[in-house]
Amino acid sequence: MAVTDAPKIITTRFDQADGHTLDGYLATGGYEGLKAALAKKPAAVIEEVKSASLLGRGGAGFPAGVKWGFCPPGVFPRYLVVNGDESEPGTYKDRLLMEKDPHQLIEGVLIACYAVGCSQAFLYVRGEMAFAQERIAQALNDAYAAGYVGKNILGSDFSVDIVLHWGAGAYIVGEETALIESLEGNRGMPRLKPPFFPAAKGLYLQPTIVNNVETLANLPWIIKNGGAAFAALGAENSKGMRMFAVSGHVKNPGVYEVEFGVTTFRDLLYAPVYGGGIRGGKELKAFIPGGASAPWLYPEHLDTPLEAGVIGKMGTMLGSGAIVVFDEDTDMVKACLRLVRFFARESCGKCTPCREGTSWLEKILERILDGHGRPEDLDLLLDVCDNISVGMNWPPKQTTICPLGQSATTPVASAIMRFQDEFEAYLGGPAEITVEVKGPAFVGPYVQEAASVD
Amino acid sequence: MTRFSPDNLTTALEIVGRYPIAKSATIPLLHLAQEQDGYVADDAMEHIAELVGTTPAQVLGTCTFYEMFKREPVGTYLVNICTNISCQIMGGEELLHHAEHTLGIKAGSTTPDGLFTIEDVECIAACTEAPCLQVNYRYRHKITLEEFDQLIEDLRASKLTDEIPPHGTLARTRQHIPDDRRAGNALPSGVPEPVWLARNNEGAES
Repeated sequence: MAVTDAPKIITTRFDQADGHTLDGYLATGGYEGLKAALAKKPAAVIEEVKSASLLGRGGAGFPAGVKWGFCPPGVFPRYLVVNGDESEPGTYKDRLLMEKDPHQLIEGVLIACYAVGCSQAFLYVRGEMAFAQERIAQALNDAYAAGYVGKNILGSDFSVDIVLHWGAGAYIVGEETALIESLEGNRGMPRLKPPFFPAAKGLYLQPTIVNNVETLANLPWIIKNGGAAFAALGAENSKGMRMFAVSGHVKNPGVYEVEFGVTTFRDLLYAPVYGGGIRGGKELKAFIPGGASAPWLYPEHLDTPLEAGVIGKMGTMLGSGAIVVFDEDTDMVKACLRLVRFFARESCGKCTPCREGTSWLEKILERILDGHGRPEDLDLLLDVCDNISVGMNWPPKQTTICPLGQSATTPVASAIMRFQDEFEAYLGGPAEITVEVKGPAFVGPYVQEAASVD
Repeated sequence: MTRFSPDNLTTALEIVGRYPIAKSATIPLLHLAQEQDGYVADDAMEHIAELVGTTPAQVLGTCTFYEMFKREPVGTYLVNICTNISCQIMGGEELLHHAEHTLGIKAGSTTPDGLFTIEDVECIAACTEAPCLQVNYRYRHKITLEEFDQLIEDLRASKLTDEIPPHGTLARTRQHIPDDRRAGNALPSGVPEPVWLARNNEGAES
């Protein structure tokens, strides 16, 4: 499948100079989705979103409409928490949505609150995003004044406050239960699920929907145009349009909204309208398909469509839509260390396998890069990984409360299994690997027929 | 001055009033303290504990978890250079080394004149614009070494004060909910089913 000409859904105002203002938003169909939603029963709005098959765009990729349905009946109040704590390395989309089209997000929040019956919403913006906070504060102030947010919205019986909240620097807060802890004023440490599934026991132990910024930004379009129109785009389990950030060694790094499910990695990396190919005429060595937590892919995977089901079978994920491209000159051992160091720094310290494991992975990799590695270090690295995520399989096994620990094992397993020779060059001799690694993306070869989606 | 000034106390109370449980205002109030003093002072944390109905120890516990909160003064300009993966492979580490040499300090420390602090930070969500940095959380995309030198020169000459406020100030636009437009806080207990959900039980579908 080549580049499709499907219409943009959520990035339409990115080039509009006043797209972030209330006037600019209203002039381009703004808040019409909200009006359409208010003309329906809340349950009908949920059905519309379910029929769109909108997958959550935060990382886990869970269907948004289904997630809403997990709130226990009859338990109130319900809260909506917007996850705007974008910090997965390689990910750059939610910040743009908040800076360039804050009203679209606010409208999405309102539609979700109306559908689910949430009495209050909290919009959690990452602390480091000062400009996004300013844009959203201004947009909320304008929307309140114009009657779109707050009491008796547009003269109806629907009333909800949206509270702008902001973080203070912690990757783990992007995990939904840690986000809730943080919103309650605590250290951002994840909660055990069960019992603390947010839809059942979330903010203040009440039913809480946690949705990603991009997920919510799709709602105005879906309600205006219908779930079926959304589901007509894309393929299989991956409907609609989706934003991908293509960074690293491509000619045109950028954030692109593409048709989900049918656009391929080759399109995204090489098409002139997207990545434009590897810069400097170099060869592609590897790429991360879905943020730092995702197992790596290689040139033989380029013709795979960006389809969640297909990518899952390959043993990796599209995660938060973050594609990081490495050319042939990239030092994969250094790249591996940098990713592992990130997880070691960001581990909250609650669970032993993650807290201890990630920092040992970092120390051993540093030793190798410093030229003091030992032949048995590769096995040792994989053994530590095996203790964080048994078998290094996909989907990964979890020995910890949240997935951060297992995420640190993916760059290690990817780098060692594919680029063992680069490690051996640092070690100064051959290394033997005896630890069993099971994840299909780590061990390859990938069987292409699994990708035979339209 | 380390407790909230009268003006900031007014702001703090408005922020606290937006949450069903006051303790939720802890992080926003820590930011407000940092905006006032450039760092989070012990007395400020005591004041926050009084305002949100918790203990200074709990406020300290929250404060120390988050990287943005500084418990001692830092430079007027906090220069955060990203070296995470997308920036690393596009020259982020070279940029960091250049900054360290130019300013004569290692990442994590402050110049003797108190003007600059450098930090080696994790991904700041500008991956397609690598290498990138933030000065007091204001972005500079695809920055070259020459542009970095110019940036430092401009900051020293106070040429960018409109765009880049001193360390501690985040958003300069605050949310303000007018009283007559407020829906009201949803307390975690005693809130009935929202009235609009009753529409689900009405006969005809609209």
